[in-house]
Amino acid sequence: MYKNILLAVDGSENSLRATKEAVKMASLNNKCVIEIVYIVDFAKAKNEVLHAQGKEELELARRKKLEPVEKILKSNELSYKTKIMHGEPGPTIVEYANKEQFDLVVIGSRGLNSLQEMVLGSVSHKVVKRANCPVLIVK
Amino acid sequence: MIKKLKTEWLSNVRGDILAGIVVALALIPEAIAFSIIAGVDPMVGLYASFTMAVIIAFAGGRPGMISAATGAMALLMVPLVKEHGLNYLLAATLLTGVIQIIFGVFKVAKVMKFIPRAVMIGFVNALAILIFMAQVPHFIGISNMTYVFVAITLVIVYVVPKFIKSIPAPLIAIVALTAVAIYSNFELRTVGDLGAITQSLPTFFIPDVPFTLETLSIIFPYSIALAIVGLLESLLTASIVDDMTGTESDKNKEARGQGIANIVTGFFGGMAGCAMIGQSVINVKSGGRGRLSTLIAGLFLMFLIIVLGDLVVQIPMPVLVGIMIMVSIGTFDWSSFSYLRKAPKSDAVVMVVTVAIVVATHDLSKGVIAGVILSAIFFVAKISKIKVTKHKVNRNLVFDVEGQLFFASVEGFVESFDFTVERSNIVIDFSNSHIWDDSAVGAIDKVVIKYRESGNVVTIKGLDATSKKLVDKLAVYNDSNAKLSTH
Repeated sequence: MYKNILLAVDGSENSLRATKEAVKMASLNNKCVIEIVYIVDFAKAKNEVLHAQGKEELELARRKKLEPVEKILKSNELSYKTKIMHGEPGPTIVEYANKEQFDLVVIGSRGLNSLQEMVLGSVSHKVVKRANCPVLIVK
Repeated sequence: MIKKLKTEWLSNVRGDILAGIVVALALIPEAIAFSIIAGVDPMVGLYASFTMAVIIAFAGGRPGMISAATGAMALLMVPLVKEHGLNYLLAATLLTGVIQIIFGVFKVAKVMKFIPRAVMIGFVNALAILIFMAQVPHFIGISNMTYVFVAITLVIVYVVPKFIKSIPAPLIAIVALTAVAIYSNFELRTVGDLGAITQSLPTFFIPDVPFTLETLSIIFPYSIALAIVGLLESLLTASIVDDMTGTESDKNKEARGQGIANIVTGFFGGMAGCAMIGQSVINVKSGGRGRLSTLIAGLFLMFLIIVLGDLVVQIPMPVLVGIMIMVSIGTFDWSSFSYLRKAPKSDAVVMVVTVAIVVATHDLSKGVIAGVILSAIFFVAKISKIKVTKHKVNRNLVFDVEGQLFFASVEGFVESFDFTVERSNIVIDFSNSHIWDDSAVGAIDKVVIKYRESGNVVTIKGLDATSKKLVDKLAVYNDSNAKLSTH
């Protein structure tokens, strides 16, 4: 079964649902390691730096976004790692997943309508198209 | 040392060259538009963008950050150019550089943390509003075709990036619409109507101003404002690039580098500049990380001007206006509206006041200074709130003190005691308080002595170690003969 799972989260409700599915996958194999990846979007860098009083506050806010996800994994006694990366979410996830040779990517879908998708672009769609491993999109 | 140079310059050659080229293309319209805002020939902004980028590539403290002629700086110099002309602007640019180097030597980066985020948010919003306002005379009431071109430009810059990512959309708008304008003979104003383009490298010359105290008194207020605004935007940009790349930078070195770059720029006929948020973000997004990207941006910009100068003058003004509207929309912090609702009222007021003062005075530095002072006042007001609660424990009357006791809070502190009490055991508990200065100790003294005069027994407790030290050193109430009048 899957040994290395990349769980891409953005701190939203959807990523919590994705986490629950990742837990199900991981429970099938007791050697399975989940890596939680949070991408700090380039497009939001200016906004986030502007609204934070200093680097420490900024980093704390980001770590906090991972907290609920970590809680779910902890309560299921799964081993996990966390990683915060900077870039455009879709390509950054794909690049990391392919480089580190994960055997499953789990990602939540934002559930955008078609207009929003045209404007914002679908992260999960990009990942499905270009990742070299199976991708589980959770609605 | 050599290893550091190598990683800063050569660790990302391909990405840096490509990103530098993209940035150069994106810089041209902005450099021209900012020159027009400042009221000088487009060459002044183009030369500035060339020298700023090239010098900062070597002297800056934040690899991968782009510096050039900017809107924030251009807006400050408008009155100087209007009243005294270009040579005074160049002299002011030199002085700006000198001031920035001094700031850098005295570690200005430390001072940055005293600027609250409400002021910084106000700063970018005011900047966006001013850039937009500067465009209004170039497109309102000129001709119908002007409106059409502005609208088409906006459509291109917002829609095209969804499909074409490698070429900056503003450049696509410029090339396409300049071609349309040339072949269709529409009545449109062009860049050439507002100034000339010279297809040559900038040359060294000393600004033609009298070297007198009078000159200094004219340029100094502008230079100090330029120096402050330039460093503010540069250090904010550096933090953004730090965050995007997950690396650190030397902010004081950046401040000195900005100074050096402005001095060189002044000697080569360019207007004062600073780091640009938008362009630096484009650079990082396009894969630029090292100093090479900044250098390539500057060199390629100059190359384009020398090769394409004839075409640049044909760019229709409405296209530049459209691009500047995009820049101002991108500069504005749109989350400010939710910030106004969610942030503490005092922060919201500081933000609005910063914006209002800038828009009223057209001077970003005045808004920032006012914002900093206002938030300092709010801070003191907030922290000087002190709460004293009275309650009875057994036969003692206990006063719990909560808050910081210092010169600004002593009055409220003394007033919140009830001095009608007579002949009882009084305990003043400072567990939730801290004593900061001698006015605080004086206030405690006053309270203790006043109570003693009406026959009470007063005990002080709960002082933390540093507070106790201060009280023991300065207070007179331990002296049983102490009277209020002696203090």
